[in-house]
Amino acid sequence: MTTPCRVIILGATSAIAQATARFYAGEGAHLLLAGRNTQHLHTVAADLTGRGASAVEVEVLDLGAPTDASAQLAVMAARLGGVDDILLAYGVLGDQTQAERDVALARDLLAVNFTSAAQWCLAAANLLEDQRRGSLVVIGSVAGDRGRQSNFIYGAAKAGLGTLVQGIAHRLALRNSGARAVLIKPGFVDTPMTGHLPKGGPLWASADAVGAIVRKAADAGGPVIYAPFFWRFILLIIRVIPAPIFHKRPL
Amino acid sequence: MTAFQTTGDVVSWGRVTRGLHRVARPAWPEQVAALAAEAGATPGKGLAIGLSRSYGDSGLNPGGALIGMAGLDRVHAFDTATGILCADAGLSLGALIGLALPRGFFPPVVPGTRFVTLGGAVANDIHGKNHHGAGTFGRHVTRLGLRRTDGSFHELVPSDPLFGATVGGLGLTGVIEWVELRLTPVQGAWLDAEDVPFGDLDGFFDIAAASEGFAHTVAWIDCTQGGASLGRGLFSRGNWRADPDRTVHSAKRTPALPLDAPSFALNALTLKAFNSTRYALKSQRAGMWRTHYAPFFFPLDAIGGWNRLYGARGFYQYQCVLPPPAARDGVRALLQQIARSGQGSFLAVLKTFGPLPSPGMLSFPREGATLALDFANKGDDTLGLLARLDAVVREGGGRLYPAKDGRISAAMFENGYPNLSSFRRHLDPGLSSGFWKRVQS
Repeated sequence: MTTPCRVIILGATSAIAQATARFYAGEGAHLLLAGRNTQHLHTVAADLTGRGASAVEVEVLDLGAPTDASAQLAVMAARLGGVDDILLAYGVLGDQTQAERDVALARDLLAVNFTSAAQWCLAAANLLEDQRRGSLVVIGSVAGDRGRQSNFIYGAAKAGLGTLVQGIAHRLALRNSGARAVLIKPGFVDTPMTGHLPKGGPLWASADAVGAIVRKAADAGGPVIYAPFFWRFILLIIRVIPAPIFHKRPL
Repeated sequence: MTAFQTTGDVVSWGRVTRGLHRVARPAWPEQVAALAAEAGATPGKGLAIGLSRSYGDSGLNPGGALIGMAGLDRVHAFDTATGILCADAGLSLGALIGLALPRGFFPPVVPGTRFVTLGGAVANDIHGKNHHGAGTFGRHVTRLGLRRTDGSFHELVPSDPLFGATVGGLGLTGVIEWVELRLTPVQGAWLDAEDVPFGDLDGFFDIAAASEGFAHTVAWIDCTQGGASLGRGLFSRGNWRADPDRTVHSAKRTPALPLDAPSFALNALTLKAFNSTRYALKSQRAGMWRTHYAPFFFPLDAIGGWNRLYGARGFYQYQCVLPPPAARDGVRALLQQIARSGQGSFLAVLKTFGPLPSPGMLSFPREGATLALDFANKGDDTLGLLARLDAVVREGGGRLYPAKDGRISAAMFENGYPNLSSFRRHLDPGLSSGFWKRVQS
């Protein structure tokens, strides 16, 4: 029996985080679930315990407003007795139309999706580099690949986060640190976050399918992984469409 | 602000009944109470649904509200010493196998598909190939959490009358929030199985009687055959193997049928060819072989969306049970009607139910023989045949399975279910279904 994998999940009640955590649980991992909603965290913790996790810790905090991300992350790692994988999986889609008019709302969306997430990523990078092993896996979005009128505030934050994680991956690789960073870019995922959108059709993936990709990404691959893979090609096309044509489409 | 969205997308597995529903899909357990109350207060009433594998209209509520429970699939507790598992009602049996089999447990009863939720398994008190030894699913349920549309919550144990109403109660006594059940210990993922051909209906009953030593039995009938070959088929039986390999089924399926097959795809000729080929091929494979549980229990799950084979008009399922004195003659009369009609069924399944009592007031299984068939929807021709089958079932003192039904009359339903009046006392007045509205006389 090897030591169970120790995993910190920031934003553990998101649908993709839960789906990913179930794969870890099935392997008997030792998990720490961080998030804001105590009741939901405990509901998820019970589920993961029932699915085979060797132990599940719960850490209640507002991830969107870290006080000292490095210290807070160190506390979480200590609760697990060390950490192998760190998954960052929280984000707020927000209302684009409202946020365009209400700049304070836009600021809050950017603060949660980029500013706070960036602090956790930088803290995680330092922690993993110092211990010379482990993976940082961050949920980005295809929305960050090209600004589109329908969701560019969320997209801008995810683009920034993506660049940050790419840079971390570069740094960890260059220094032969033994640690890794991976950015996952999911496309359309059937989750409560997208509950208001009409679903169905071949472009929609289940949280379970994306969770499987995230779990694999913690072990190998990257630094940028589209989930499912075909989004890489869709976004490649979307990025190269010339602006005069692009600007005629309400994408 | 409401969590319910109007959609015409919800169809049952048979795809005959169409209608608009207002649908909500909760992500967290604490949302259920408010959704149940809101659904119950609407004119069309509400109904909780799982993975919509019921064939007819028992899992639909056209013009009303639906609460899709499949997103609530979390485990509450799993005691691997006793095999007692408690989980949200939306957990599917396939997912349950995925988490329990690696630790040496399997659901006590599984139907022909793993895409069934715990709530659906309870609400239809499902049965499986092991009915003669294990009885129905409800016999293995130790506790239930039930939310009524008046906001009350009931934690039920088998001695509660409301438990007896809820098991097999078609989701009409409240929204089943969670289910606690006792799983069956197994060594691994494999069974020893064999197919025994039989040339006529008497052959089936002989083999069934001689198969006491098999935990799992079922037979496929070639119902395109009449005369001396009436009721010929293959008897399939198996037992769990002491095999330590616990490989869980692959979640991958063949790509789902992207669209409906043309209506001529399943006709008398193709049915006959399919059934004859199947009989000939399978008859040649004699003796026991080792099989994984997935093809043994869930053969059709390998084909995503097989229900679309029947074309855009969908199909009817027909499943009845006939009690012992009438079973043999009744099944014969049913097969004669079907052979004569030329509307043969793609897959006809025959099985004997054992004497173990079912716990639900409206549980379908009772001792006897159960025959399940599917028929492409050809309008009045099909409905006429099914009405003739109804007459045979009624004469034999049998009944039909609501989970499969989309058309029977109130009288036919009442005839088959003597505990119906006791059941009505436990109805949640805020819940209903297409089936339930139809069988009110």
